[in-house]
Amino acid sequence: MASILRFRKLCILVPVNPISAVEQVSEKPQVKKNKRQPKQWRCIDKYCWMIGYICTTWWLILFSFNCLTANLPGLKVPEPPGARLRREGLTALHPVVLVPGIVTGGLELWEGKPCSEGLFRKRLWGGNFAEILKRPLCLLEHLSLDNETGLDPPGIRVRAVAGLVAADYFAPGYFVWANLIENLAKIGYEGKNMFMAAYDWRLSFQNTEIRDQTLSRLKSQIELMYLTNGRKKVVVVPHSMGVIYFLHFLKWVEAPPPMGGGGGPDWCNKHVKAIMNIGPAFLGVPKAVGSLLSAESKDVAFLRAMAPGLFSSKTLGLQTLEHAMRVGRTWDSVISLLPKGGETIWGNLDWSPEEGHVCDSLKKRQLQASASDDKGNNNDSRRAFHVKELTKYGRIVSFGKNASELPSSQFSPLVFKVASVDHGSSTNSAGVSCGKVWTEYNEMSHDSIRRVAENKAYTAETVMDLLRLVAPKLMQRAEAQFSHGIAENLDDPKYNHYKYWSNPLETKLPNAPDMEIYCLYGAGLPTERSYVYKLTPPDRCKSIPFQIDGSADGSNSCLKGGVYFGDGDESVPVLSGGFMCAKGWRGRTRFNPSGIATYIREYHHKAPRSLLEGRGLESGSHVAIMGNVAFIEDVLRVAAGASGAGLGGDKVYSDIMRMSERIDIRL
Amino acid sequence: MPASFPQYVTEAITGPLPDPPGVKLAKEGLKAKHPVVFVPGIVTGGLELWEGHHCAEGLFRKRLWGGTFGEIYKRPLCWAEHMSLDNETGLDPPGIRIRPVSGLVAADYFAPGYFVWAVLIANLARIGYEEKNMYMAAYDWRISFQNTEVRDQTLSTIKSNIELMVATSGGKKVVVIPHSMGVLYFLHFMKWVEAPAPMGGGGGSDWCAEHIKAVMNIGGPFLGVPKSVAGLLSAEARDIAVARGMAPGFLDMDVFGLQTLQHVMRMTRTWDSTMSMIPKGGDTIWGGLDWSPEEGYECSPKKQSNNNSETGGQNGFGNLGNATQVHYGRMISFGKGVAELHSSKLERVDFRGAMKGNHLANATCHDVWNEYHDMGVEGVKAVADFKVYTAGSVLDLLHFVAPKMMKRGGAHFSYGIADDLDDEKYEHYKYWSNPLETKLPNAPDMEILSMYGVGIPTERAYVYEFSPTPECFTPFRIDTSAEAGYEGTCLKGGVFSVDGDETVPTLSAGFMSAKGWRGKTRFNPSGIRTYIREYNHAPPANLLEGRGTQSGAHVDIMGNFALIEDILRVAAGATGQDLGGDRVYSDIFKWSERINLKL
Repeated sequence: MASILRFRKLCILVPVNPISAVEQVSEKPQVKKNKRQPKQWRCIDKYCWMIGYICTTWWLILFSFNCLTANLPGLKVPEPPGARLRREGLTALHPVVLVPGIVTGGLELWEGKPCSEGLFRKRLWGGNFAEILKRPLCLLEHLSLDNETGLDPPGIRVRAVAGLVAADYFAPGYFVWANLIENLAKIGYEGKNMFMAAYDWRLSFQNTEIRDQTLSRLKSQIELMYLTNGRKKVVVVPHSMGVIYFLHFLKWVEAPPPMGGGGGPDWCNKHVKAIMNIGPAFLGVPKAVGSLLSAESKDVAFLRAMAPGLFSSKTLGLQTLEHAMRVGRTWDSVISLLPKGGETIWGNLDWSPEEGHVCDSLKKRQLQASASDDKGNNNDSRRAFHVKELTKYGRIVSFGKNASELPSSQFSPLVFKVASVDHGSSTNSAGVSCGKVWTEYNEMSHDSIRRVAENKAYTAETVMDLLRLVAPKLMQRAEAQFSHGIAENLDDPKYNHYKYWSNPLETKLPNAPDMEIYCLYGAGLPTERSYVYKLTPPDRCKSIPFQIDGSADGSNSCLKGGVYFGDGDESVPVLSGGFMCAKGWRGRTRFNPSGIATYIREYHHKAPRSLLEGRGLESGSHVAIMGNVAFIEDVLRVAAGASGAGLGGDKVYSDIMRMSERIDIRL
Repeated sequence: MPASFPQYVTEAITGPLPDPPGVKLAKEGLKAKHPVVFVPGIVTGGLELWEGHHCAEGLFRKRLWGGTFGEIYKRPLCWAEHMSLDNETGLDPPGIRIRPVSGLVAADYFAPGYFVWAVLIANLARIGYEEKNMYMAAYDWRISFQNTEVRDQTLSTIKSNIELMVATSGGKKVVVIPHSMGVLYFLHFMKWVEAPAPMGGGGGSDWCAEHIKAVMNIGGPFLGVPKSVAGLLSAEARDIAVARGMAPGFLDMDVFGLQTLQHVMRMTRTWDSTMSMIPKGGDTIWGGLDWSPEEGYECSPKKQSNNNSETGGQNGFGNLGNATQVHYGRMISFGKGVAELHSSKLERVDFRGAMKGNHLANATCHDVWNEYHDMGVEGVKAVADFKVYTAGSVLDLLHFVAPKMMKRGGAHFSYGIADDLDDEKYEHYKYWSNPLETKLPNAPDMEILSMYGVGIPTERAYVYEFSPTPECFTPFRIDTSAEAGYEGTCLKGGVFSVDGDETVPTLSAGFMSAKGWRGKTRFNPSGIRTYIREYNHAPPANLLEGRGTQSGAHVDIMGNFALIEDILRVAAGATGQDLGGDRVYSDIFKWSERINLKL
């Protein structure tokens, strides 16, 4: 007993004063036993102490966090650019229009099926996604559109949230526009001269007008702001897909009714001062191919990346990807993001404009010299093969790693179109016992699937054929809304149709010589550029026959997990973001007949230095760039009246100018 | 499993709840037709911070008004400072920008669970409305109507949005639904939009005829509310100005300490809009010393029907023999005896020439500014000596008590009756929100509906006392001890009440539609048709109904099923005649008869 007691006392007292405690205990253990009976429950005290310590430490940490960050210069969060520019004397001048991109805008429910009771005017998309986690299938049903029309399914009305709240935060703490809005407010902006052009990003662009009159609304709002702010033209700040949405708007507003807005040929010149495109997906993104083909890319479409855990297998059961695909394939807008311009822009089996891009930043410095050496002599590059193998970015989808590296002479000619014949003769073996999830792959026979894979490699042009085969309904619907080619003759009357309006290679910019167009995007981040696919091993419950070959890793660091990376902002390759400003519209070209000035402003990505910076003050990634200090400063200066030349003209870190050089397009 | 357990239990006991009107009418086949514009009233619209002082850090784009009001508890003085406007201009103080929240969220819920427009919006959505054909004309309700245009271009925004909605819905005119002060605001808008620029919107003389199908005024204080006088005079009414009534408990003493009233008063006195609701039309409308249109009103109308009515002490045996005539015309009387005296026995000393001065000691009152300090003991006494104020002389009283505020307000609002409406001076915007000094627009196809609740005692006149030691208190207070000695009286706690919706007396809400604009009058030259729709108040039948589906109270009426049904029918294309024309429970026609106004 005594030994137990002693032990207990030891364990209590040792941390305080080991020597004296041991002495004390060894001297008179017996006496104490009776005197200090309460010591029996000292072990409980220990827990109380522990809790006390935890609380104190917690409090201290909190305290130091609050005090130190404010006082220590090293840890201090730098002053927001808005406050600094205000001291310089900048004030609100031009009204600002913000055009959000895909996925980031909130959607709310206006009418639904019984399973969505109580969600009236609650956000189904954006916000905390709590409802999606609670009733995932119900919500996915509501987020889907009609597979035939691309509009609302009967009995369901999901609409875009309006106002600045539509896309200031995507999820709690995950800012999209909030940072920019706050800094604009610092120099005097408020509700009357700042407008969020929220639209339903699931619909095709023209359908937002047909269903919601969103384009008319935007036109009227711009006209109103122009009038009420002393006839100051607006500065438009579109982001991501919003860039091509606004391109569509520019054409729509000047086109005559009923197809257009009837604003007349000088509407843009009169109302728009500058378009500051952020992370512009002008020529599409390869990611869209991956998401359409197999509902995955490095980060399942954009969805998974944006809402981590949302489409994890727990919530939806085994068929996560199938569900995501089925919903995603009803969204016409995804089609707008497919690569445009075909092989001319994105490269063919053997060639691509990004050729020679070095993925590893360490290697980059070493190889700078050699890269410039063999720029011209690609043909006999065997000489340098052990140093640098050229990534064949032009092959946007290849089946098997080998196919992505082979020289093109070893490919069999395209027998691909034959495959589409036996589309109807579907032998539907899978999917019967797998619940209700149905994808269009179920209609494809195994034969045709195999033949798809035999074709080995697809370029930006043939990949469209592949998609047509794989997702016939979606492509049929969407190709009435979007076009992905390059115009031969821009004066052809067929280009008056709205499906060409969002493709910069098939439209002329409006006649607005005073307008300015900016391409603002991040660079320096690995961005998905092409994919290595494999056939999925037959599984009764996995009806998607292809998947990215995650095991394909290259000696060349551009290939990781089945994905070839190029330079970009993590979502949009530099080529897509910069080409139009660098070459397509630079000066007076056939795409830009009035010679609208274009500027490229690149923001080189730097990871956040400390935790306090959150997602980084110098980030270049697709969404986090909206918190980039340099970027915000540029927008603020233009909004306060500066011109592109005033900002300092082009600011380029990437190879965009050289890449654009290599693209052979008639201007 | 039933969706909600309490609902299941209640339905098991009382039978199924009635369908909400939206569901019912959707079954009847009603479809969204005319775009709908909501105009919220005072206090109910949310306000958010766009720029503030240091103490408001972290509140950027957070609601200072509406929502949870959490900030009031955390930093009350900072909050009051930000909510105040500049005392000279009635606009933003330097370094502070508070702006109205925009969109439907501006006023769907005032505080969590306290709906304002939400129920109506939900029911409209049932028949197919959505954001594109519903528009909340949110404005900063603190500043004067014309200043919303000067500062925020709100009127231009409303004009542009209405034009857009008419254009995008295939030429269907809008149905406008203003509530409370929004009624006056929209009256102002209708004049503004047709007036030539720069003072007006330059829409041309047939803008209203081309764009508006109907104006469905809910609880409209066309002729003002007596409550606002009490609010301005002593920052109290039964519930501190209008503010306390809307957010019960949030302006309690413990928040601001002892000086609640002064702080609230200082804040609300910088709000020009409160002056838009001072009773208009003077003695002609509101009655003189011995006369009032509501004369003979009994305050216990429900005694025969409903013994446990919630009107509390006022029901019971309303003994007619005891009831002396209530002099409603005496809007403010000093002392209960004075309120009841015959006019010939009144001895009054004119206060208008009285000396101000003799600054009151205010060392102990910290920095609470208050114009009463400038008035001095003599001034206060002179005011009390005048004993009785009617609607006309109340204006003089306010001018005397709060000269700065009234000077500012006088530039934006007017409270008289026009002799000659063609006088050029009436082209000034300060007359636009007074229905007695403007002509309705030339829009013979338009309809005006006055919809309001009745059957709730509403403040109409006050008995005041003046505090002998006015150091840290406002010198005048409602004499809450003034009770009539018998039951069934209209006097309770120093307040004479009359029929109404708890805030707006029936007279103010109904008179214009009942008489002032009925037929072709000089106020309504094109003969716009007017309808009165009254909703008799019935307290909620059970707890589940929350604030009641048959309520007639000023704000709760927005959840009244009958009212919602009327709105839905009109929005879907019905006319006032289709609704069944007038629906009247009160004595509004009798009272209007008694008002002697040249038409």
